[in-house]
Amino acid sequence: MKKNIKFIQGNEVCVEAALYAGLDFFAGYPITPSTEISEHLSKRLPEKGGKFLQMEDEIASLCAIIGASLTGCKVLTATSGPGFSLMQEALGYAIMAEIPCVIVNVQRGGPSTGNPTHVSQGDVNQARWGTHGDHAIIVLTASNHQDLFNITVDAFNLAETYRTPVILLFDEVIGHMREKLVMPEKGEIELVDRLRTSLGEGIDYHPYLPREDGRLPMSDFGGVHRYNVTGLFHDMWGFPSDNPQVVHGLIRHLVDKIENNVHQIARFKEFFMEDARTVLVSYGAAARSALHITKNRRARGERVGLLELQSLWPFPSHIVREKCASAQKVIVVEMNVGQILKEVKNAVDNPEKVFLANRVDGELITPTDIKSIMRLIHGKGV
Amino acid sequence: MAVKDYIRKRFFPHIWCPGCGHGIVLNNLLRAIEKLKLKKNEIVMTSGIGCSSRISGYVDFHTLHTIHGRALCFATGVKMNRPELKLIVPMGDGDALAIGGNHFIHAARRNIDITAIIMNNRIYGMTGGQFSPLSGYGTKGTTAPFMNIDHGFDVVELSKAAGATFVARTSTYHVKQMVDILADAIDHKGFSVVEIMSQCPTYFGRKNKLGGATDMMTFYKDHTTPVGSKEKKANPELIERGIFVHEDLPEYCNEYDKVIEMAKASLK
Repeated sequence: MKKNIKFIQGNEVCVEAALYAGLDFFAGYPITPSTEISEHLSKRLPEKGGKFLQMEDEIASLCAIIGASLTGCKVLTATSGPGFSLMQEALGYAIMAEIPCVIVNVQRGGPSTGNPTHVSQGDVNQARWGTHGDHAIIVLTASNHQDLFNITVDAFNLAETYRTPVILLFDEVIGHMREKLVMPEKGEIELVDRLRTSLGEGIDYHPYLPREDGRLPMSDFGGVHRYNVTGLFHDMWGFPSDNPQVVHGLIRHLVDKIENNVHQIARFKEFFMEDARTVLVSYGAAARSALHITKNRRARGERVGLLELQSLWPFPSHIVREKCASAQKVIVVEMNVGQILKEVKNAVDNPEKVFLANRVDGELITPTDIKSIMRLIHGKGV
Repeated sequence: MAVKDYIRKRFFPHIWCPGCGHGIVLNNLLRAIEKLKLKKNEIVMTSGIGCSSRISGYVDFHTLHTIHGRALCFATGVKMNRPELKLIVPMGDGDALAIGGNHFIHAARRNIDITAIIMNNRIYGMTGGQFSPLSGYGTKGTTAPFMNIDHGFDVVELSKAAGATFVARTSTYHVKQMVDILADAIDHKGFSVVEIMSQCPTYFGRKNKLGGATDMMTFYKDHTTPVGSKEKKANPELIERGIFVHEDLPEYCNEYDKVIEMAKASLK
């Protein structure tokens, strides 16, 4: 069969993947460098009977998709740093109320308005800890269009599986870059649909009572079961409670349902890792440069490997520990001041073997940048 | 169905202070729903944060208790996907018009079929009596110990200017009018706003030496007049109550259906 090949922007790939995953509803607010996602969906969603809303701000956008998700829709919003900052309260609500949704943050430099049309990976820790209170979160990323497609579909699947918001952290250069995408055929990637309760009308339904496998079947809001949804600590009916046992149980549930499944959630790729003495750990656009220099050094007989992370949170410490066990040097390649560096240092046996290769000037870190830093680390000078 | 069949009895008595007007709003809202013969499964109540917003916990509808000021945004997401449901959004004055002011005017502008009820007690009650955007110039609150120099919004004028297609005002004293207005608002196809002046004797009354609940309700009786009445001309200080706007204009969900039709036609 003839393959459906496209040559499109990363932001468009995200749109294609979201539609492939079954997106029904999008609400957003224009912001560079993510706006193309809104623009394309304003056309594509109504074509399939879905709905696109341009809201008054990013707060409203995330709130609207949470409401839509409750009614049974697969939902998405897309933004960049300043908008993502505005979304943090509603993000906490979606975590607390356990509402599946996907939030794209095509990162720009920051803090504040920062560098809207330039690349940065500065929101990694904001994605983890931006909203207040103890919680866990799933954050995914990708370095090329084919992976971006797969990881976006994955985000929708994980949101449904764990009844949680999932954040896609993309990089400006990936969002705006045009590259080949082979569109997967229908059915080629497995989709996870909403787990709905089998209980009929008139039978007491508990929206927050996990099954034995930990999953919580949902009932489309506005349907046959009437229940309460709140951002307060709540019991299994969704009604507010400050009973210490209920509060403790809910916090443990919200954290454990994700942290305890880090093995299932972990996504990564590895290149030339089998005998690597120097391991580059990277993600997103930075991993493209890291891959280039890895191949370049391998051609010269240097034992360099690349571990590309596609899930940043929950941080796959077990993978990093295992893959870096026999490395003499571990170099974290990222475009911030060392946000994943700290996690890698915590994960490995000896944090002193971990170094940072970074760039924070709004320009993509290049293979030459990484090569120079590698030479310095190895005591060879530039 | 009787009014008591619409409530979640196990959560009573409610948390509101003695003399609070919000219980009167709850009672008459349920009477309006009863008057319209709506089924419990047909109603989604979405609320934010504050004294007023606790109302959603007491009613046996689909209830979505959200975050401060954002209830209309959640309601928009629900309504767009379940347009056949009745969306009722009770809000306090601070919830609706301070932190939620932006969402309020934009929901009105879209004319989406949602009923916004602003339970106006002119104060932040839940946090202990701080002045709100409806307290008004010269009032006192725990954050305006000398005098509030912020001018208040006129909810009716604001709603009209923002594009709401049903705008009304009443008070907790005028309970029969409240039932009728709420029923009309819920029945209206478009964005409807009902401002209900609701006394807070605990904070606003005490801070401003307005007496107890009955004194404050007597104030509503003596200082309001039906919209368009002669008394208003003679005494401009009187607050008008009644229905100010009631017009049929294209509703947002219906309009979006047109977008879907156009999008599908463009594929042919």
